[in-house]
Amino acid sequence: MKTIQTVPFTGTKEQEQQLLAWLDDHADEDGIALQSLQMTQQIYGYIPKEAMITIATVTGIPLSELYGITTFYSQFRLFPIGEYKISVCLGTACYVKGTQAVLDKLISTLGVEEGETTPDGKFSLETCRCIGACGLAPVITINDDVYGRLTANEVERILANY
Amino acid sequence: MSENVTLTINGISVTVPSDATIIEAAFKAGVRIPTLCYLKDLNAIGACRICLVEVAGARGFQAACVAPVADGMVVNTNTPALRNSRKGTLELILSNHRSDCLSCPKNTECELQSLCYEYDVDMYKYGNTDPEPDIDDSAVHLIRDNSKCILCRRCTAACEKNQHVSVIGLSQRGYDTHIGSAFEMPLSETSCVHCGQCIVVCPTGALTERDDTDKVWAALDDPTKHVVIAPAPSVRAQLGECFGMPIGTNVEGKLAAALRRLGFDNVFDVDTAADLTILEEGTELLHRVKEGGPFPLITSCSPGWIKFCEYYFPEFVPNLSSCKSPQQMFGALTKSYFAEKIEKDPKDIFVVSVMPCTAKKFEITRDHQSANGVPDIDVSITTRELASMIKRAGIMFDKLEDEKFDDVFGIASGAGHIFGATGGVMEAALRTVVEIVTEQKPESLEFTDVRGVEAIKEAEYDLNGLVVKVAVTSGLENAYKLLNMIKNGEKEYHFVEIMACPGGCVNGGGQPTQSGFVRSTIDLRAERAKALYNEDIGMELRTSHENPTIKELYETYLEEPGSHRAHELLHTEYMTREIYK
Ligand code: SF4
Ligand code: SF4
Ligand code: SF4
Ligand code: FES
Repeated sequence: MKTIQTVPFTGTKEQEQQLLAWLDDHADEDGIALQSLQMTQQIYGYIPKEAMITIATVTGIPLSELYGITTFYSQFRLFPIGEYKISVCLGTACYVKGTQAVLDKLISTLGVEEGETTPDGKFSLETCRCIGACGLAPVITINDDVYGRLTANEVERILANY
Repeated sequence: MSENVTLTINGISVTVPSDATIIEAAFKAGVRIPTLCYLKDLNAIGACRICLVEVAGARGFQAACVAPVADGMVVNTNTPALRNSRKGTLELILSNHRSDCLSCPKNTECELQSLCYEYDVDMYKYGNTDPEPDIDDSAVHLIRDNSKCILCRRCTAACEKNQHVSVIGLSQRGYDTHIGSAFEMPLSETSCVHCGQCIVVCPTGALTERDDTDKVWAALDDPTKHVVIAPAPSVRAQLGECFGMPIGTNVEGKLAAALRRLGFDNVFDVDTAADLTILEEGTELLHRVKEGGPFPLITSCSPGWIKFCEYYFPEFVPNLSSCKSPQQMFGALTKSYFAEKIEKDPKDIFVVSVMPCTAKKFEITRDHQSANGVPDIDVSITTRELASMIKRAGIMFDKLEDEKFDDVFGIASGAGHIFGATGGVMEAALRTVVEIVTEQKPESLEFTDVRGVEAIKEAEYDLNGLVVKVAVTSGLENAYKLLNMIKNGEKEYHFVEIMACPGGCVNGGGQPTQSGFVRSTIDLRAERAKALYNEDIGMELRTSHENPTIKELYETYLEEPGSHRAHELLHTEYMTREIYK
């Protein structure tokens, strides 16, 4: 069974007030589930479990349904973007040169799946299509730093810089 | 009132209300259309596409479970193109299904399996991704294996619409779509109430009860243990289904015989404890009437309901009867009263209960359910688990001569038997309470106002000037509605019976598997309940307080209902719980 580990919640009282106020104004409208999730993402930058519980408690929409909607639409994030955002290029050139092995190594080292963020909030792991650095394939970026001609063996050394 | 329309299905003319679907018309015409996701009154979502039919003049095939009928419509359900389409649909399901039927708990009772047999499928037509087991076994009562799941959503519909719990849903999309809880929480971390209604509607082996029969076999093989077993009221009304007998067959005598053949040292009846519950709960009711509340007093036999109350209606926890369920009363007395009788250390007595219910597996683990320093009940198995034990032991169930339960806890009244149907506890209580208050037998022992499968049943009785208002409901969605009406002052009652499962124990989460087709064409709740009411009506002993066993128990051991000792052994405590942790 797949499990996910959420990132500790750092939301503020103001953010919660903002969400509650919005829910208060819109509670009776149709399609409130989707809209409330959009609002939550606007407020927090992602959809924290804590905020989803607030929506469930106020509106009576089951948490399982809200989670279903969140995971159905790719616009929603369940994790905040980490302090360091790792993007792994899965463009053709990188893929051919073996980024999959690099990605696998990142997954096993960080202990998170693609699209997730480490529980300490430090790294988030994403994949992207060609970033135009095919000459350096395979490539990953960490915030603005670019690492090219990578092998899986180098992953741990690179992460240690952050 | 909707008007009627007439259509033909496979050349058979049939008349149905204009708001019916094609599948309802077909079943009425005696034509079975295969289904996987459809369940009458619960799930009509057109998801699995196995019920496709041809409608003359319509483009493409129609999903019969959602397509409305029309006057003059001409429907075909059995053409070469349809048979091909269904076969292909099944083959596609199998390409991503862990088809290990031989070691699957649903083997021979699986709807997917029987359709594959019917349609002569080629299991490897589209290859097989050979998925790994994908298991959540965190909960005490069930195991989910998503590698057997066909995403029909019958389980989520039962959890949401019948039970108002909604802890499971459809997550992710595309290839990753799966049934799960929010944030992929294990079921044990959610507010699941263990009712098992998801299990009984699942067409495949994706949801099955936790099989505890190994613990029972081990106890039977342990010479140091005195092993006792007792079935709940509704088990005798359903067990026969597992042996091919018609729905509603009462097999009480064969049940007692089979249990003895399995090697139990004593074969008792939980129904005796049901009678005892009535005396304790009736006394509690009369006590509350004297004290002026809190009202309503709400029954506490159904552990799924209790947990629901603790999560969703904490304000009603003080209203719950402090009485343990019959299962727990039975266990507590077996390990005290009976232990003393046979001069055994309660630690050496192993008590097994057979229940219609998966929430009973949870109930035995609760605090305050260990009266004599040992758990009241050691293992609780479902009707289905018992059937599998009887089969494995090579007992020819249908050939068994009827036997009786053992003395001590072997005699029960008709009132005890009807506990298994919605309204049964209420009726049993009324039979006794009316007689105590009015000091005479009620005119009729049949309190029919509280019988039947209606969502919420109400009645009012005038007992020599003392007016008692009661209500009965089953299914937690109905309970949710009723409690909200009580909460906002719309309704007032003195006594309320609530059972977690729709229709009560006869439709419990541990009862025999019946296919979606049977569930959509027969009202199981009503048919199964008949067995219990028929037994009751044929009995001489029909009230709990006249049960000689109960009388003796109070005279020699418990003193009187509600006594100090009764409280120690037969009553319990509840808590409040948070839905989201
Ligand atoms: S779920 Fe049904 S088809 Fe699948 S392995 Fe089990 S019995 Fe076989
Ligand atoms: S056991 Fe009952 S509450 Fe739990 S998931 Fe199944 S249907 Fe829902
Ligand atoms: S678990 Fe069973 S009932 Fe639920 S969607 Fe899967 S196959 Fe259907
Ligand atoms: S689509 Fe009709 S039964 Fe599944």
